[in-house]
Amino acid sequence: MDAAMKKNLQKIACKVRMGVIEGTYNAKSGHPGGSLSISDLVTYLYFNKMNIDPNVPEMADRDRLVLSKGHTAPALYSVLAQKGYFSADELKTLRHIGALLQGHPCIHTPGVDMSSGSLGQGISAACGMALAGKLDGKSYKVYAILGDGEIEEGQVWEAAMFAAHYKLDNLVAIVDNNGLQIDGKITEVCSPEPITDKFAAFGWHVIIMDGHDFDDIDRAFAEAEKISGKPVAIIQKSVKGKGVSFMENQVGWHGTAPNKEQYEQAMAELSAQLKELED
Amino acid sequence: MADVIKKATRESYGEALRDLAEEYKNLVVLDADLAAATKTGIFKKAYSDRFFDCGIAEANMMGVAAGLASCGKIPFASTFAMFAAGRAYEIVRNSIGYPHLNVKIGATHAGISVGEDGATHQCNEDIALMRTIPGMTIINPCDDVEARAAVKAALDYVGPVYMRFGRLATPVINDAETYKFELGKGVVMKDGSDITIAATGLMVNEAMEAAKVLENDGISARVVNIHTIKPLDKELICKCARETGIIVTAEEHSVIGGLGSAVAETVTECCPVPVVKIGVNDEYGYSGPAVELLKKFGLSAENIINTVKKALNK
Repeated sequence: MDAAMKKNLQKIACKVRMGVIEGTYNAKSGHPGGSLSISDLVTYLYFNKMNIDPNVPEMADRDRLVLSKGHTAPALYSVLAQKGYFSADELKTLRHIGALLQGHPCIHTPGVDMSSGSLGQGISAACGMALAGKLDGKSYKVYAILGDGEIEEGQVWEAAMFAAHYKLDNLVAIVDNNGLQIDGKITEVCSPEPITDKFAAFGWHVIIMDGHDFDDIDRAFAEAEKISGKPVAIIQKSVKGKGVSFMENQVGWHGTAPNKEQYEQAMAELSAQLKELED
Repeated sequence: MADVIKKATRESYGEALRDLAEEYKNLVVLDADLAAATKTGIFKKAYSDRFFDCGIAEANMMGVAAGLASCGKIPFASTFAMFAAGRAYEIVRNSIGYPHLNVKIGATHAGISVGEDGATHQCNEDIALMRTIPGMTIINPCDDVEARAAVKAALDYVGPVYMRFGRLATPVINDAETYKFELGKGVVMKDGSDITIAATGLMVNEAMEAAKVLENDGISARVVNIHTIKPLDKELICKCARETGIIVTAEEHSVIGGLGSAVAETVTECCPVPVVKIGVNDEYGYSGPAVELLKKFGLSAENIINTVKKALNK
């Protein structure tokens, strides 16, 4: 990836993170930790990968994204706002009564391809979208983002079996492997490890990726493009809370909103990061 | 009545899918390793490229159906009622109902008439479960003719539909030549003035048989076929309550949450009259031949007759 593009994505990702903090602070609830761990990923997908048009959200041949780990909707909303699907002001009323932005993704929000958030379900819908693309001879891709805790749901493995059986090579599932879920470390709660071996055993092509390095993200998706005859699972190594010092690797920030002081500190940190990138 | 033709509505389902596939190019069928039993195998035989077996994984099947529908397909997700409404309830609720996707659920082997397989497979709770999902349409056809028409109506309607079919071959009571299906509209099968019997599914035939006997005993019973349980034909139910007073409901389903509950909820608001519910009481079924089980559980013309007489103090 050329340096200018990389820097541009880093800047956008920083703004996406600011939107996550803005949204969860104003909502007084929500899930900042896992939103921050996928901020680089969704930035890359929406600004460098997906064939989409914010002016025509329902475009038939568009690439699709299902945020199976729907609780990290603030990251999705923030990147959609950056992309121009709706005003960034909407983030300030996230989770409010009558607001456009629901606590978990809703298909009726511009840019949202599937309602999701009850864990384990989004990957199945993504399989259906990929199958429809195959049936219609379309070239669109379907991306599904899952949590590493989420894959403890049995439905994920039903879907994994289905995707391999029907050779859905137009489907890329990204597992956000930040290692933490609500009750603690994934390895201590009820371990889904070894994640890579499991997807491989289910017939998927598995790629490991650094979820916070745009060069590596670009490499991983370039590799995914080349795979035919089987679905691709990208296991992204990530840091929960990435970009906000006091949130990083802290399980407590899974589902807690920042208070005023924490909001100001987080925004100050992200503003400094952005300024550094812009200088 | 020696020439009564009997047919299971699951068979009608499979045949209707096959017969409509040419006209409806976006129709695709999913099953969960039960194609031989749900009769989607009939469709598969004719259109194998539009049939997708999901294996024994109903949760994923419902999600796949949702994804297909979001891309313009009209998927018919097929399995037993127990697994469609029971096991996959939350996926139907969140992945199909909440986004209001155009998924059709073909649930076969509903009710006690599953027979020998027994309680684990006799789903008497599916209507209750599906009724709680906002925007879900529920159709419970009474015979072959109505079942075929219901599949066509579901195809023409945009939104989620739960269709309930039976395993047992039951009498064909409608005339295929003249029958017209109107989604959400009850059908007055026989007029009457003393009491209304509101029936659904295979109980419609039992209600008709009961009404004939009651007529001979001097009781004029109106028989109403409620094929669409949601949205319920409230106008007709309230009209019956006003005109005949007492309503007896008859369904092959739990008395909790099904047609009886829906009728009772409706008349309490528009015209409070006694509603006497015939259905499976708050209990599990057990193994046995379907016809005998139906009798044991009071899902018979005989029980309807007795219930009507008791309700009228006759």
